[in-house]
Amino acid sequence: MSIPITLIEQGQIWSFPGGIHPPQRKQLSNTTPIATLPLASEFYLPLRQHAGEPGELLVSVGDHVLKGQAVSAPGLNNALPVHAPTSGTIIAIEARPIAHPSGLADTVVVLSADGLDQAAQPQPHSLSSDRTQLIDALRQAGIAGLGGAGFPTAQKLALQRPLEYLIINGVECEPYISADDRLMREYADEILRGTEILMHISGAAKALIALEDNKPDAIDAFKRVLPKYPAMSLRVVPTKYPSGGEKQLIQLLTGHQVPSRGLPSDIGLLMHNVGTAYAVHQAIDLGLPLTQRVVTVTGENVSKPGNYWVPLGTPVAHLLAHAGFKPEQAQKVIMGGPMMGFTLGNLQVPVVKITNCLLVPGAQELSPPADEMPCIRCGACADVCPAQLLPQQLQWLAKANDYDGLNKQNLFDCIECGACAYVCPSEIPLVHYYRKAKAEIREIAREKSKSEVARERFEARKQRLEREKQERLERHRLAAEARQQAQQQAVEQGAPNPNDAVQAAIARAKARKAAQAAAAEQAAAAEPQDDNP
Amino acid sequence: MSFKIAASPHAHQRRTTQQVMRWVYMALIPGLLVQSYFFGLGVWVQMLLALGTAWLSEAACMALRGRSVSQAWQDHTAVVTALLLAISIPSLAPWWIIVIGTAFSVIVVKHVYGGVGQNLFNPAMAGYVLLLISFPVQMTAWPVPQELALYSISLSDTAQLIFTGFSNAGYNLEQLRLGIDGVTMATPLDSLRTDLAQALTVSEATNKAMFSSALGGIGWAWLNLAFLLGGLVLIKVRVISWHIPAGMLLGLLVPALFMSWFYPDQSVGPLLHALSGATMLGAFFIATDPVTAATSNRGRLYFGLLIGLLVFIIRTWGGYPDAVAFAVLLANMVVPVIDKYTQPIAYGHGGKL
Repeated sequence: MSIPITLIEQGQIWSFPGGIHPPQRKQLSNTTPIATLPLASEFYLPLRQHAGEPGELLVSVGDHVLKGQAVSAPGLNNALPVHAPTSGTIIAIEARPIAHPSGLADTVVVLSADGLDQAAQPQPHSLSSDRTQLIDALRQAGIAGLGGAGFPTAQKLALQRPLEYLIINGVECEPYISADDRLMREYADEILRGTEILMHISGAAKALIALEDNKPDAIDAFKRVLPKYPAMSLRVVPTKYPSGGEKQLIQLLTGHQVPSRGLPSDIGLLMHNVGTAYAVHQAIDLGLPLTQRVVTVTGENVSKPGNYWVPLGTPVAHLLAHAGFKPEQAQKVIMGGPMMGFTLGNLQVPVVKITNCLLVPGAQELSPPADEMPCIRCGACADVCPAQLLPQQLQWLAKANDYDGLNKQNLFDCIECGACAYVCPSEIPLVHYYRKAKAEIREIAREKSKSEVARERFEARKQRLEREKQERLERHRLAAEARQQAQQQAVEQGAPNPNDAVQAAIARAKARKAAQAAAAEQAAAAEPQDDNP
Repeated sequence: MSFKIAASPHAHQRRTTQQVMRWVYMALIPGLLVQSYFFGLGVWVQMLLALGTAWLSEAACMALRGRSVSQAWQDHTAVVTALLLAISIPSLAPWWIIVIGTAFSVIVVKHVYGGVGQNLFNPAMAGYVLLLISFPVQMTAWPVPQELALYSISLSDTAQLIFTGFSNAGYNLEQLRLGIDGVTMATPLDSLRTDLAQALTVSEATNKAMFSSALGGIGWAWLNLAFLLGGLVLIKVRVISWHIPAGMLLGLLVPALFMSWFYPDQSVGPLLHALSGATMLGAFFIATDPVTAATSNRGRLYFGLLIGLLVFIIRTWGGYPDAVAFAVLLANMVVPVIDKYTQPIAYGHGGKL
């Protein structure tokens, strides 16, 4: 299945099934330029800010670090390093809560800023260097997908697959968020330069820059600089949630679907976020590692909504305080947007590489869900599902813990966009049920593979014991044979045959017995003589 | 300060089940007005009886099941069931008819199966069929459209008839059902059926006062048009999708069209089919009950087609003049199969665009 190049070149836009049109509410934050945040006094740098294992720690408590200096290295896991966002002293390395739906703790490097913001010497790279060197440079710069998934960019580029298109995703379909929008308006040239680098590394000859038609200023910004980059073209897609999902955007731009459990590269495509493209430009052309990103701070409970350049590791509390946060009763603080974001229980968690938005809505603005009512099978969820699943069927199966049924209904093709739960008239938290079922299925698979390993080990041990026993018996048998042979040889060479000694002993014993018997007979014959005096 | 933890999505479209149900009964209003105009105010009395029975039955069931009664009342699904059943039965039927029917619909068809969302069969139609089979005389005694009736019936007559069986002047229902020609009147579909069975042609059979309107049966045609209007509103506000009504009308009218081409004298034409009996009420309000219908849009189309076809077959060759209730129940049984074979192909599983 190959994508229809001719139609794509003509600029055709396809469509995807389902989707919703929630209120956009982007004007809250997208009217002012990206502002700079004053430095916080402490920064919390989780070693894991991307999808994958954490890197190896390079610093210890008491070390002084410069802005842009790595505090962890890729190490054996080939993980992404984390860099100091400003200069200062490492005052602790400990488990602290991180920005994760679970609210669980992870290893965090605590940096006390010295306020000087001294930077390490940047090390720019030239595009003439080797491809693997450039990929390594991106890894060393700590670049992960800034769209939300946080997949290491270098790892995505390292796949050696023939590519037709590089797609740069500036769709940003989730309501409220305008970080990419502002970045595109203000740094269109830098984004396209990053795109050029990504094309060079990935080997894609053409690139598509995709964004929604609700961002006219960003479209204009790209139109102004695009003539410099003939291999790139602009694609404007209609505003609909979730057009910015990787799979949905690919369907919109190519009319083809990424195979289930496959990758976009299976159909010759590679997708990166606009923020990632900007970070790539910074890393290669300027030699700056990823130490800051644009974060939208929005919602009715901040007085200064807008976008900020936020050093990674900045505590959420610092950012919100700067934006004029006034919490209300039962305030929700959402990291991400209203559709896929997760709530924070603790504001001391840091902004990390995947943090694109902090949303602090008023109670009227995003009112808490009402009680879950029974499903009336209205099918509104199936009508809006972009993955063409049957959400209500999945819900029944998830509640019944029917994991086989869930697999048959392709639960794992669910992208958790939340469109089904958004339209459900019974306010059933559908996505929550799917996440739980997915976690349980993964857990069962993990348990199964664990018990499989245990069983294999047991079997192996049994076999080993049996083998050892056989070997031992064999060894004994061989030793006995060798002894016999040695004896025989010795006898042949004239040594006394040990068998002779045995024979002699037997003969002696027989002789002794015979002598005793004879003596007894003699005594018996002599006795009457004693009786006849 | 602690902050509220919640699962995404945090945004919700504000349309609750109650709002959906409210749209459904608001859309019934044009039909109710037309029905009261042609067949008297009996339908309102029936609706009150049905609502009271439905609420009491629902409360009793929820209490027995140890669930919250107010929660069940909140979703308004029992209201819709009660109203649909009250509209479907003859408007001067004795009070115990609607009480038995509604109680059966709510208690047996809905709650015995597990309450809202769990029932296999359309509650209103299962109740209707129970009544039709158990009390055929009362269930076929439709009042005469008022412009054709020999006697006019006042509101107090209506209440008297429903509760005692006799009007203020002492007439019983059978006497009141005499037409201006002095003959007890059947519904247009019933009359046509009987006449066709007696080898009359359609043109002879429709040469009666009750067919003197341009569209078909007097009263019935307007009633169907009013339900059509309400149904179109429901589609417009996206409470129902067009698939089931369109499927049902196609399934009924296409065979009717063929039949009237080939046997113009012995078959009921598509127009009369469309505007008689419970066609429009069934297509837009009854078959579209989400709980008992197919779930995908393609499935809904097949589900509607099946109902339409069954209505056509039963009306043409079956033992009952109208057949919406039977057709809906039969199609309800097929829903799991339809759902199984009309499941959309999930993203990335090789489906065509």
